[in-house]
Amino acid sequence: MKIFFKILIISFLSISSLRAETFSLLSEYNFFQDIKGQVPNKGIIPYHIANPLFSDYTYKFRFVSMPDNSVASYNHEQVFDFPIGATIIKTFAYPVDDRNLKKGFQLLETRLLIHKKEGWIPVSYIWNDNQTDAEIKFIGKTIETSWIDKNGISQNVRYRVPNINQCKSCHQINKVIKPIGPKGRNMNLDFLYKEGQKNQLEYWEFNDRLTNLPKRKIPKPAIWDNESFSVAERARAYLDSNCAHCHRKGGSAGNSGFYLSLEQNDGVALGVRKRPVAAGRGSGGMAYVIDPGKPEDSILLYRMASTDPGVMMPELSRSLNHKEALPLIYDWIKEME
Amino acid sequence: MKISLSKIIVINFFIFINLTGSLFSNTIQPGPLSYEEIQKALILSKPGDIIELGEGIFEFEDGLSLDVNNVTISGEGINKTILSFKNQKSGAEGLMITSSGVTLKDFAVEDTIGDAIVVKGANGINFLRVRTEWTGGPKETNGAYGFYPVQSTDVLIDGCIAIGASDAGIYVGQSERIKVLNSIARYNVAGIEIENSFYAEVIGNLSEHNTGGILVFDLPDLPQQGGHHILLENNIVRNNDTENFAPEGNIVGNTPNGTGIMVMANQFVEIKNNEIKNNATAGILIASYQDEAEDKNYNPIASNIFIHGNSLINNGFSVDKIRASPISEVTNGKVPDIIWDGVVPFIEWIGLRSSQRIILGDNYSDSDTPIFANLKLMTKYLISSLHKVDTNYENYRGELNPIRPVIFEKD
Repeated sequence: MKIFFKILIISFLSISSLRAETFSLLSEYNFFQDIKGQVPNKGIIPYHIANPLFSDYTYKFRFVSMPDNSVASYNHEQVFDFPIGATIIKTFAYPVDDRNLKKGFQLLETRLLIHKKEGWIPVSYIWNDNQTDAEIKFIGKTIETSWIDKNGISQNVRYRVPNINQCKSCHQINKVIKPIGPKGRNMNLDFLYKEGQKNQLEYWEFNDRLTNLPKRKIPKPAIWDNESFSVAERARAYLDSNCAHCHRKGGSAGNSGFYLSLEQNDGVALGVRKRPVAAGRGSGGMAYVIDPGKPEDSILLYRMASTDPGVMMPELSRSLNHKEALPLIYDWIKEME
Repeated sequence: MKISLSKIIVINFFIFINLTGSLFSNTIQPGPLSYEEIQKALILSKPGDIIELGEGIFEFEDGLSLDVNNVTISGEGINKTILSFKNQKSGAEGLMITSSGVTLKDFAVEDTIGDAIVVKGANGINFLRVRTEWTGGPKETNGAYGFYPVQSTDVLIDGCIAIGASDAGIYVGQSERIKVLNSIARYNVAGIEIENSFYAEVIGNLSEHNTGGILVFDLPDLPQQGGHHILLENNIVRNNDTENFAPEGNIVGNTPNGTGIMVMANQFVEIKNNEIKNNATAGILIASYQDEAEDKNYNPIASNIFIHGNSLINNGFSVDKIRASPISEVTNGKVPDIIWDGVVPFIEWIGLRSSQRIILGDNYSDSDTPIFANLKLMTKYLISSLHKVDTNYENYRGELNPIRPVIFEKD
């Protein structure tokens, strides 16, 4: 009988190498002390980033796990160089009531990026109804749900868990999968740890999790909804984190020639008086991606304000409008000359 | 315990059956679970796999995607296996391919909310007898592209049909080594469009009832530009009579109603032995890129366009006065079948340099009126009092080396 099982296992493995590399349940990784409460085990570092991607108003709980005695290397404009064996963990959740987070969360999915020798592997786990564990799913899922927003209004949403190809489409650059969030300029923030409030970079370094921090003072990132920064700084920060993972050279929207990274300085590449190429009805009848001074004539804003899948941008990760961000982009284009 | 090889094979065989669900058919049939089944098959497939889709209408609410090399998706026929996205709720396109060496054959993709089939960054993609269609006819709300390979190499589109795209039915952009063969494009804004691409042959296709039959364009501000070496041969380009329905703002929205073949800002284009008939604005239109472009690497002017052996019948009988105003402003009544805007670099216009722009071999027409016109728009804009349209065919007669056949890397 033993051989039968061996064959079974071999057959199973040969069907999908993906499954062989990952656990089928999130709990099996042992990341959490309290999985439902998203309390990490010792050594798993929670973090946040300056400008998260808007994902239909979900909250995101982020953690990184690194093998003992391994360390990530600082990189300001790119993602840190993480050691092999590192895993980036991100749980998406809706608050029951956004006015009172103590009422708890509905956990939707937990995404992992696992750093293997052959590269970063994306996998997604979908939470069960009892919220006791999450199960691996390669093909995504639609979750129809609702939450009470900050204004006390119940919002319905058709939340899409991405399939593995969709994960790749945002995370690939020149066909290589990489994390997006934890880059130096996105991480120079305080975080409230168990031990108290500390700067993330200093905390990582102090705990031997980060090396090669520059000696010079690291600039504080502009934060899109912090009005102490200028409109332009905030708008560029927002577009960088919401668009530039695809809209960069080598990204999934690299063919557009429309690049929104913070480092981009060329006006036309940034969309200024750039004509649409393959936008179809995404152009909304407008001539330019950004028509300076005229947000109402700018394709960029039109597509950000749409929820029609054939028009809207980003194509993935949202089905609702980000109402708080649209006025910022409006103001930014309005003040352009 | 001794166990024979044949036993292992038998056991394995049964396991295989268990895991795949059925012994006799791996074909996925239409049904309420078919979206999950297909997307799962696409994700778990391995190079060399064939994913078979049964006959009938598959109805999907979300887009499909494939990122595994050398997979074949095979239906049972261009009108038999239909992937309908009429109720699409997410995904910007019907089917997205991001891997190389994929073959799509014998099925149709209908009524996607955006583009029908997008292929990005593939080294090798084959479309064989595939149809993309918006079934409600030409509408501004249709998706932009039917077939949309971009930034790819070794692109083969053979025996395909594209209907109703609000930009181009068959579009190949920023790609290299392309063959578009034996295909049909109808009721699109552009029937077939080759854009910012190198080494393409478009042979034996039928493009009719579009706004423009076949377009060869080059546009600025893109990662790949400077389109060159494009052969258009033995195509039938007729009755392109659908009013331009592209959403405003799109470049293709400038395509004049009733254009047969249009070349904009490319180098080395051979237009050979095509039958070009009943296109209201022009049979063949050669133009420069008209909008201002800041892009210093961009060449807006066409050169080495070799036109010969074409049969030109009844074109230019009713010029689109809005989109082709440069033509209607300098001509009256029926205009010649072949129109060149005559835009050249300034240094060339004053005669300090010369280069080959338009080269005419023998072309056939049943018309008594001239079949070629150089609109000389440079002169018109710079010294309008001296402006005169040049219809002297012999001034442009010449010969250019034929464009060599496209050879795919794997061939």
